[in-house]
Order: sequence, then structure tokens, then C-alpha cells
Amino acid sequence: MAVDTFSGHPAHAPGWKKLATMREAGLIAIILALCIVMSFASQHFLTLGNFRAMLMSFSVEGIVVVGMTILLIVGGIDLSVGSVVCFSMVLSGSLFLMGVDPWTASLAGILASAVIGCIMGFFVTVVGLNHFITSLAAMVIVRGICLIITKGTPLSLFTLPPSFKAVGQGTFYGVPYVILIFVGVVILFDFLLRRATAFRKVFYTGSNERAALYSGIKTSHVKFWVTVLCATLSGVAGVIYMSRFGAATPTFGAGMELNIIAAAVIGGASLKGGSGTILGAILGIALLSVVTSSLILLDVSVYWQDMIKGCILLAAVSIDHFLHQRKAI
Amino acid sequence: MASVPVLEIRNVSKHFGVVKALTDVSFSLERGEIHALCGENGAGKSTLMNIIAGVLQPHEGDILIDGKPVKVTSPAVAQSLGLGLVHQEIALCPDATIAENMFMAATNRRRKLFMNYGKQARDAQAIMNRLAPLDVRANVGDLSISNQQLVEIAKALTLDCRVLIFDEPTAALTETEAQTLFGIIRDLKAHDISIIYISHRMAEIFSLCDRVTVFRDGRYVSTERVADVTPDEVVRRMVGREITQLYPPKQTQDERSAEAILTVRDLGDGARFHDVSFDLRKGEILGIGGLIGSGRTEIAEGICCLRPTTKGVVTLEGPRLHSRSYADAVKAGIVYLSEDRKGSGIFLDMPIAQNISVLDLKALTGPAGLLNAKAEADLAHRFVRRLGIRIGGMDIPVSSLSGGNQQKVAIAKQLAVNPKVILMDEPTRGIDVGAKSEIHRLLRDLARSGIGVVVISSELPELLGLCDRVLVIREGSVMGEIEGDAMSEEAIMRLASGIAGHNNSKASGHAA
Repeated sequence: MAVDTFSGHPAHAPGWKKLATMREAGLIAIILALCIVMSFASQHFLTLGNFRAMLMSFSVEGIVVVGMTILLIVGGIDLSVGSVVCFSMVLSGSLFLMGVDPWTASLAGILASAVIGCIMGFFVTVVGLNHFITSLAAMVIVRGICLIITKGTPLSLFTLPPSFKAVGQGTFYGVPYVILIFVGVVILFDFLLRRATAFRKVFYTGSNERAALYSGIKTSHVKFWVTVLCATLSGVAGVIYMSRFGAATPTFGAGMELNIIAAAVIGGASLKGGSGTILGAILGIALLSVVTSSLILLDVSVYWQDMIKGCILLAAVSIDHFLHQRKAI
Repeated sequence: MASVPVLEIRNVSKHFGVVKALTDVSFSLERGEIHALCGENGAGKSTLMNIIAGVLQPHEGDILIDGKPVKVTSPAVAQSLGLGLVHQEIALCPDATIAENMFMAATNRRRKLFMNYGKQARDAQAIMNRLAPLDVRANVGDLSISNQQLVEIAKALTLDCRVLIFDEPTAALTETEAQTLFGIIRDLKAHDISIIYISHRMAEIFSLCDRVTVFRDGRYVSTERVADVTPDEVVRRMVGREITQLYPPKQTQDERSAEAILTVRDLGDGARFHDVSFDLRKGEILGIGGLIGSGRTEIAEGICCLRPTTKGVVTLEGPRLHSRSYADAVKAGIVYLSEDRKGSGIFLDMPIAQNISVLDLKALTGPAGLLNAKAEADLAHRFVRRLGIRIGGMDIPVSSLSGGNQQKVAIAKQLAVNPKVILMDEPTRGIDVGAKSEIHRLLRDLARSGIGVVVISSELPELLGLCDRVLVIREGSVMGEIEGDAMSEEAIMRLASGIAGHNNSKASGHAA
């Protein structure tokens, strides 16, 4: 163990050097490499339209990825995010159809999602079940609720006022609101995760829950609120989807959770807790999105796409595991 | 004894890295004898037993069975040679039945496609009936610790053993269960099975065993027939070592103060400790000694609310402490350093600065709820310099530091909240000699500056060299207090093993 006496200077490496050693750097390199290859392979790839489409495609999911990453850091997981996104969507949608103002209906949808988070948090921290089982049950139950609310049929919401539809469809100086919201959420939570005391406790709890308890941190509170946060962000995503599609489908978001967990894990979040960054997770979902877009532009059969994405997940995580083992020795 | 020993160990040495666990140790076991093996924690008993049981391999030396050298390369080989070990730590599958656990080794060797659960249960019940009236179809996870210990013993009895090793088997047993076990051990002896019996309890050794071998610091000291020695002599051999380490000077007569910083009265949790009372005086280092599992850690955790207590009063500098959680205790000024550094002391994969700041994040938090990163780094720098922690940089994870420096980070974390009282559980466990004496000096400096320091330690030299006063705990009660010239390793061991103490009658109960 070659450790020399600490010199007393603040240990801040130059910015570029720090960037090069960050795990995100590898992901950026892979994404850039993929983009360069694709720009030769397809003339449609390197266009503003295609990039906007790619960004749009993962912006809303990206909001859920933020919540999932924080939950993974605390050592939890949430399989119910896809169901909760859908729940928020169909609840707000049906309230709107019942004559409620769309903004109020959306708020209700987000709050109801938070309540689902509270219920899951209760089962995790008070009853003592683990996140996996609790959210697996919630995934099925909430999906069931969506079917009950809609009686199984999609809700058509073309009567939504233009001011509300603008959230999902409008632009601000050419930039879609959806992307602005996404970037805002990412910057906010990335900042909080780095700087806020409350979020520091998330890292302590996920890194070593016993040590956190032995440091006077109320780890069950931390786990509860992070669970609620993840469900709430899913609720926000659901409302944005409603505005964007002008419809609410009771089967929407099925399988979304796997994509989201994959993105966070590719971005460096550990299922054991204690590590993960928002930036990494967003790069993870960006990578998956670029791959999807590439496969479509290259005319790869849709039947092949899932398999290829799965292989990329496996490769990314294996490489990361290998690099970390090497570092440990 | 003209016959060839059943088991003979010749000149065995074993080291872990640079730490020598065993040096040139020899030992022999006659047919049908019960042979006690004694030594302090860390004397090398468990290492030798693990070598015999095939868990560890010696670096030098031979193992002979019936005079023939053998290589015990794995636990399976040990079993086939007829060497059985009853582990001190319970290693059972909680979700399997007693019978399945008892026959785990036999199942492993079984070369048949299907299990015969009926026969297994009948055989298991026959063996278990000798020990205790337990239904072997019960799940092990539902049993009490003492019954689990009995299953561990029953498991060893299923093997066709010629040598059985018991590693502190009575640690978790009640008096009656212990007596039953002694009956069984005598019965095994009558069937020509040889027993190695590891224990700290002199009463047990002297009532049960034929011979006693003493180890100290990984070396063989002596073997004697129990009829030829006294318990006191054995204890003296166990601890009779010169204190070679240099400890910081103790408090002088003038520094002595009657003023108590922390008082504990009648503290109990209804299970692991009861009626614990003591004072921690200003400027002193108070040691807490006792065997592992005697309740020392539980008492410390009870004082700082990491564990619920059912009765008793703790006062800190006068007023009664009304903390309900560890966070409250920290706020009041009591901090606890866990004995399990990696498990509950530090955040291994987090940076040094974040480890040091964890106990009082509030002090570093601005009005907007944001952490002041600069204040956090400054705090860390201050303690890194003060404790002489050798690090590569503030941003690297604690896991990259040596054990001694990790421990200093854990201590820095406690000191960062300016505590009035620090409870240190095994503060120097598993760290090298240099870091150890640095920590000792640090603790003395803290005591000088008026902080109350409590040190829990299994190392007798540390208790004697470092502390001004030592409380000895046995079975969750304070057995006695030793101070000044009366402090000796023998005095502590006598209290800890129950030869001497307040309730002598209870201590000698095992011999009855």
C-alpha cells in the first residue's frame, strides 16, 4: 500500500485530469465512438433532427432514471416504476375526463404516485421486506389499478387544452420543453447528490448501513424518503407522457423498469448500493438510446434489437466489474 | 505413557503475512484422554485447531496420526482421518432441520441418488437423545443459541471420530446443558475417543480434563497433568509474559481526580448485562476487561443507546442523560468506537473526509441544507494532521489505507464532534505495533485534556499498560475493579474466568 504522507494541500486534481479518471469518461468515449461510426454508416444519423429525436426519446425516461439511481445508491431497487408512470398517467387522465382542470389532475397524479412510494417505503422500513419483493408486488398491483381505472381501454385525451399539451409537445426557442425539464431535473439532483447533506446520508446508508446506524443516521428514514422520491419522479414522468401523447394507455410503461435499471447500472450504479452518479446514469440511458437509434437507422430487424441491447448491458457491466477488480488488487 | 499418541503435532509453524500465529509448536494427544488447551485470546489455539481440522495449512512441521505422518489438506480429509471439530462459532444452515444439519458431512460423501430422510431422522434422533430432548425435525433457525451449540456438538458426534476437538463449547450453554455435555465427553472418553478441550474456564478444565497444555503468543509453554498443577499456576503460565511494548506514562498522583464525568448505575438490558455500575473519573483511562462474549460490548452499546436498556441511569457531568438514540448520545457528548471496524466503524468505499465528517453533518451544513465541502475538507485535514494519518489524498477511499490508518480515521470521526466521553471497543485490534502505540499515546493525551476515555480490550497487556483502572466483566456483570499496584494479568484473568470475584459460588458451579 503505497501511501505517502499527505502534503497538506487540498487534494483537487486539475479538472481535465479528474475528468479522465472518472468512470463517465469511458461512457462518453464509447458514445462518441458509436456516433462517429454511425455518421459514416448512415447519412441520417448526424442530423439535428435525429439528435433531437434521440434526446426526446430518453428525456422522460431520464427523469425516472434519476430517481432509480438515487434508490440504487441507497441499496434499494424499484421494479414498479413502469407501472407507477402509467398509474400517474391514467389517474390524471381520468380525472381530466371527469372534468378536473388538467394541472390539478396532474398534481393529483403525482401526489398519488408519492403515496404509492410511501406505501412501499412503509413495507421496506417498518415491515422489513426488501425493496425487490416490495416493488415487484407494487409493480403488479399498480398495473392492476391502472386496468381497473381505465377498464382496460386506452383513454383518449385529445381535448386537453393546448397550454397543457405544450408541456410535452411545445418548444422554447426551438428546444422542446420536455428536454428542458429533463435537463433541469438532472442538474438539480446531480447538484443535490453532490452537495446536500440529506443526500450525503443516502451514500452513507448505501455504503455501509450498519456503520451509518453506528453514526447516528436514521437509515430507515433515509430509505423511506428515497423510495418516495423515486415513485414521485415516476409520477412526474407519467404526467409528461400524458401531455406528450394526448392519451393514457393502461399498458404503457410495461418493461420500462428494466431499461431504466440497465441505464443506471451501465452508468456505474451498483446494485449493492453506495455508488452511482446521475451523470453516469444519464450517459447510460443515452448509450442505450444511441444504440436503439443506430439499429433502426441500420435497418436491423426489430426482433434483433432487444437481444443486442441485452448483450451491451452484459458487456458494459462485465467490463466495469473487471476494471474494478483490477483496481482492488 | 508408552503407547503411540493418537495425534501428534511436531514443530508446527504458521504465519499470516508477517504475523506469526504459531511458532514451532508441538503437542501430543493420548488415546482416550481429555486434554485441555489454554491460552489467552490470540495465543494460537484456534489456529492450531484449524490446522488439525484441515481448514488451514501449516507452513512448517508435521501432523502424525498413530505415529504416521499425514497431510490434512481439507476438512473432508480431516473427517476421513477421524478428526472432528466442534466450532466455537456456530456454522449451521438455519433453514435446514436439525437432522439435515447433523448429517451434512455424511450427505456430502453419500454416493446415492436419493436421500433417505426417514433413516437420517431416526439416526439423528438417536444421537440427539443423548444430548437433549430436541426434535430433530425442527429447523435450526428456530432454536436458541445454546440449542444450536448442542446441534453443532451432535453434528460432530455423527462422524466416526477418533479425535474430537471442542472449541469453547460451553460459551453459550447453560449450567445444566454444560453438565450434560461433560457427561457425554466422559462417555466418549470411555469409548477410547480422545478429546481436545479448549476453554478459558479453569473450573471446567480441572474437573473434566486429564492434562492441560498452555500456549502463549503462538508458542508452546507447558503440558502438565491437572493433578500436578493449580488453576493459579495455569493462569500465570497463560499470561506470564513481559510487557515489551512501551506504553505512555499513566496519570500521576496529582492528576488524580475524584470528579466523575460519567456515572453508570444499575444499567441492564434484561438479557446480556445486568446491574452494571461504575464511575468514569476525569483524566483517567478506564479499562474494561473480560472474555469475549462476556457482555463488554453490549454494556458500551447500552450506555450510548445503540442497544435498548431496561433499567439503570447514566449521567454525564451531573445531569441524567435522556438520550433515546445514538444520535442523542453523540449530541450529549458520548461517542462509541465499534470493535467491528469494517462492519460498523467505517465506510470503506467512501473518501476519508466523508468518513471523518459523518457524525456531525449538521455542523458542516449551511442554511440551504447544503454541505460546506471546504469546511468538510478542513475538518478532515485538521484530524489527518493531528492523528498523523498517512494517506495518499483526501479523495481516495478509506479501503486503500492500512489497518492502522483506517482505525485512525475511525477515531478521527469520533473526535470530530468534540466528545466528552469516548468508549473505545478494541481500539487496536488487528493493527501493527507502531500504529498501536501511536493510538495509545493519543488516548493518553485525550485523557489528559479532560476527556473521559473507556477502553474495552481483550489484550491484557494493553489493559495493564494503558489504563489507570480496570473493570472486569463476566457474564454481563462487573466482577471487580482493579487499580494501581493490584493490577496484574493474573488478577484480571481470575476475575474474568471466575476463579475469584463477588459471586464465587456461581463461578465454581461448573465444577460441581
